[in-house]
Amino acid sequence: MTGEEIKDLILEIIEDIDDEADLAGLDPAGPLREQLDLDSMDFLDIVMELRKRHQLQIPEEDYPNLATLNSCVIYLEPLLKDK
Amino acid sequence: MIDSRIVITGAGLTSPNASNYTQFREKLLKGESNIQEIDLRYFGRAPAGVCSFDETKYRKKKENKRGTRAGCISVYCANEALASAGLKRDSYNPARVGVYLGLTEHGTVETENEVYNIKAYDYDVAYWSHHHNPRTVLNNPAGEITMNLGITGPHYTLGAACAASNASLIQAVQMLRLGEVDMALAGGISESVGSFGIFASFEAQNALAHHKDPKRASRPFDSSRNGIVISEGGCIFVVETLEKALERGAHIYGEIVGYAINSDARDFVLPWAPRQAECIRLALDRAGMKPEDIDLINTHATGTKQGDTEECKAIHEVFGNAPSTWINNTKSNIGHAMGAAGALELAGNLPSFDDAMVHPTINIDNLDPTCTFDKLAMNEAVKTDGISTILNNSFGMLGINAVLVVKKVE
Repeated sequence: MTGEEIKDLILEIIEDIDDEADLAGLDPAGPLREQLDLDSMDFLDIVMELRKRHQLQIPEEDYPNLATLNSCVIYLEPLLKDK
Repeated sequence: MIDSRIVITGAGLTSPNASNYTQFREKLLKGESNIQEIDLRYFGRAPAGVCSFDETKYRKKKENKRGTRAGCISVYCANEALASAGLKRDSYNPARVGVYLGLTEHGTVETENEVYNIKAYDYDVAYWSHHHNPRTVLNNPAGEITMNLGITGPHYTLGAACAASNASLIQAVQMLRLGEVDMALAGGISESVGSFGIFASFEAQNALAHHKDPKRASRPFDSSRNGIVISEGGCIFVVETLEKALERGAHIYGEIVGYAINSDARDFVLPWAPRQAECIRLALDRAGMKPEDIDLINTHATGTKQGDTEECKAIHEVFGNAPSTWINNTKSNIGHAMGAAGALELAGNLPSFDDAMVHPTINIDNLDPTCTFDKLAMNEAVKTDGISTILNNSFGMLGINAVLVVKKVE
């Protein structure tokens, strides 16, 4: 998966959580939680979807790596390189 | 203890035949049923009552997805109730508002869904949803209301099988009288049509209704009745003191003047007339009334052979042939809304105080001889000389009985 594909994947998961979320003006370097009003359960939804879709087991200590769209790409790119 | 008179000043509901109070009453008077056949996972087809209402009128789609069906129904009914009472979120101090909801069961639907969903992952529980616990804790439907409305007073649910919403109204009366809250949202909710297990269990008990026309499947008091039609639904009342209601010029739907809850202490599923009669008598005593003071009895009868007969025995024991009392049944029209049944059925009859009409028990072709009364409202609505008192019966599994007496406030 390329960086762009990973961004699309994350946005698609967020859209599944909240199809009214304003994704157009999203700052890829800014925190997803604050920008999209996501709470801890929404965040766990993202983790669960990554597990369901790509069999990724993300340990809790790695959750901060999913804070922004850009950090998602950095963290997930090596994990999804063969997907 | 506050010696206050407690009144109902608002009602919000959704039932299989209506998504607002006015429509509900109209459909009941016309005897219009919307019971339909649904197809359940594993179980197959069965008659059921399914609600259709504007699910995003009071909260976002995302919140509905996060919560439960019961929570979605609860939030809708609570908001409708406040609106009908002419109250805003902050009309009462939110710390002095209580939310008490009756439930027959909760979590069954969510658990069945989760077990089904992890089948796709070879039952690996690593895929079990983190939403499971907040969705299945028993306070869920009441808690979803508090989050939606910013209510910071107490919220909890009362598990009392199919007597639950009457129990919740009793709880509201008691908490208001104890001075714990100034206003209560009380009623009942059911999401049971989402559970194949509930259908299968009633079927295994030979207690699930069957009929080629689903609208005729729920037929309490008819000789050919063969069981329950399961429905979802909700009804929440605004309950407050008469003083506050009068102070703000509220429309008063009725005053809760008597109530009782007792237990058969006898059988897991079979009802028992002698204890039901005791419960009715206790509610009448507390209301300071005699049987002849009751103008309308709304029966609990669910359409099972034994259940209907036992309730009729109990009514006969207390009221004789009830020469001065109208008798009807709402489940014939909307099915059995389980935890919501008592509240929905009360809501269906409270307008009798204003329009003097008694809605009919529909689907009676051949009246069971054990269910005869002098004034059974059967198949057609009845125009009376006036209804001033209603006795509302609700009975449930494990032998729980809850009876309310509600009086018109002149």
